[in-house]
Amino acid sequence: MWEYTDKVRDHFMNPRNVGEVENPDGVGEVGSLACGDALKLTFKLDTEGRISDAKFKTFGCASAIASSSALTEMIKGLTLDEAAKVTNEDIAEYLGGLPKEKMHCSVMGREALEAAIAHHKGVPLPMAQGEVVCECFGVTDLEVRRAIQESNLKSVEEITNFTKAGGGCGKCHERLEAILREVHQDLQKVIPDQRPTARLTNIQKIKLIEEVLEREIRPALRKDGGDIELVDVDGDFVVVSLRGACGSCKKSQTTLKEYVEKKLREQVLESLIVEEAKS
Amino acid sequence: MSTPVVYMDNNATTKVAPEVLAEMLPYFSELYGNPSSMHTFGGQVGRKLAAAREQIATLVGASSDELLFTSCGTESDSTAIFAALQSFPEKRHIVTTRVEHPAVKNLCESLDKLTGHKHRITQLPVDREGRLDLKQYEESLAEDTAIVSVMWANNETGVLFPVEEMARIAKSRGILFHTDAVQAVGKVPIDLSQSAIDFLSLSGHKLHAPKGIGVLYVRRGTPFVPFLIGGHQEKGRRGGTENVASIIGLGKACELAADRMSEENTRVKTLRDKLEDGLLAAIPHAMLNGHKTERLPNTANVSFEYVEGEAILLHLDQFGICASSGSACTSGSLEPSHVLRAMGVPFTAAHGSVRLSLSVYNTEAEVDYVLEKLPPIIEKLRAMSPFWQSAHQGSIGGASCKCQCS
Ligand SMILES: Cc1ncc(COP(=O)(O)O)c(C=O)c1O
Repeated sequence: MWEYTDKVRDHFMNPRNVGEVENPDGVGEVGSLACGDALKLTFKLDTEGRISDAKFKTFGCASAIASSSALTEMIKGLTLDEAAKVTNEDIAEYLGGLPKEKMHCSVMGREALEAAIAHHKGVPLPMAQGEVVCECFGVTDLEVRRAIQESNLKSVEEITNFTKAGGGCGKCHERLEAILREVHQDLQKVIPDQRPTARLTNIQKIKLIEEVLEREIRPALRKDGGDIELVDVDGDFVVVSLRGACGSCKKSQTTLKEYVEKKLREQVLESLIVEEAKS
Repeated sequence: MSTPVVYMDNNATTKVAPEVLAEMLPYFSELYGNPSSMHTFGGQVGRKLAAAREQIATLVGASSDELLFTSCGTESDSTAIFAALQSFPEKRHIVTTRVEHPAVKNLCESLDKLTGHKHRITQLPVDREGRLDLKQYEESLAEDTAIVSVMWANNETGVLFPVEEMARIAKSRGILFHTDAVQAVGKVPIDLSQSAIDFLSLSGHKLHAPKGIGVLYVRRGTPFVPFLIGGHQEKGRRGGTENVASIIGLGKACELAADRMSEENTRVKTLRDKLEDGLLAAIPHAMLNGHKTERLPNTANVSFEYVEGEAILLHLDQFGICASSGSACTSGSLEPSHVLRAMGVPFTAAHGSVRLSLSVYNTEAEVDYVLEKLPPIIEKLRAMSPFWQSAHQGSIGGASCKCQCS
């Protein structure tokens, strides 16, 4: 059974603003029967251009109904520009959170809102302009990219939880992986990766390890009255011996693994394993 | 919660019968000996186990040395299928159906990875009412078919497969036959002494015994390779100290089931029919999933178009009514039940399916209660559904689903 918050339960059992606004100024329809959820959002504007009334009709599970109900409450009184800034994360937050597998319900709310605003302005829906990646649920690459960026998604499974893409036949998983890599690469370009990418020769590896030891690790250990010596590098095994205070310290294993190994992995090679020399 | 529970989810699990619990309790306290021990203290437990084994054997018409105890129905299924594949390593083909429980379906689909061999699997389709085509079945059997695994009764729809006839056909071709009878045992008569079935799985918690106890029937003379290797328990066919109290409970549950089988097929069936007919009459755009007669006496699977199953279940929950759904949302996957899809139930209906499964503990008053509460829930949800007004028009814009994977 899903763990729903009281707020979700409340909006599901007593949904606000069910129905359709008469003579609406904006209508947004997303989803389909086949997909398992669908939402029709209608709103009316007052003379100042604020949303004076919003209503929904939803076919879907408890969180879809609750997200729709929450959305209508949230956008009342907002101008269209303000409403356009409401994200799916805002909807989920308003409800006190949604189970992660259900995040797509909040995404559907946001997309219906965008569709309704686009309809009002008489412009095509920006998200629908992309290329359809997931045939099963009709999800475009633009929707996927946005979800990855905004919600910091890290895996195909998370993409599915948020957008449904990939939740059907699974044929698009490779494409989703690729989009995931692209988006994250773009994000990472800001902080260029300092790690050398080419394969290291043994000599280069030893030199790099020595450099990191000298630059960062030794100074830190010396502060505590200790020291470190590089004994050998054999493949990925880096053999060191701890000196001074560190050598007799009971926590030396922790220092080795959690500090030395971590630093070396970050700056030299992901696969390195640090071991203490047997005396 | 103060609302009394109306439990109609007996295909998911059942209540432990009070008689079963009473029988089990001493084996948690004073009678804690190990049945394999050499002392009288353990030995008396061993004798009780032997008696339970007899009770279970009697219910399914087996002989007691043809049964091994496992930890659940799933383990029984895995044990049978792996035993067959290991006994005939040169045979690389398996015949099963598209509507099996995941205990068989997911196992068969992942055999390539598990065994490193290239197994071919044939998953037989079913018709709109959930039935198999026997001719297609015969044609699917190949020279190198190692095992056929077909469930006796479907857990979602209750539809029964003619497994005894299918087993005879397999036997005539020298192929082993396994049936997952987890939903059938205790609800329909089974006499293995008169059948050609080689392996049969059953699970305690579907017939008023506790969860975590299963049985695998292995016909005498059937090639067998153990799945759990360890001690000499179960004559070396399944290692691990016996789950004594649960086995004793299952023995008692089987005895009760034999006594209650006729009630299951008369009173419970009448209740189920009243419930099902009542819902279909009260609610428009509702349909039965599964064949009307070739079916378990306790299961009703009904679809309500244009509404979503999880929403129905949560409303029922407010009234203390426990049921299940084949909708996508209840499973955590995004697609409705593989059983309903295999039957070709339209998406409009698959998402809105509800399974109500009864037991001898249900009463007519409970059926009336559900008949009173469920129709207004559907009405309320339909009033909220964008499809209800424009019914029969299908998709309302947005990208439509066109998945071809089912
Ligand atoms: C048809 C069928 N097979 C197997 C199982 C699995 O049984 P268990 O839960 O004991 O592993 C179930 C129960 O969910 C079932 O309905």
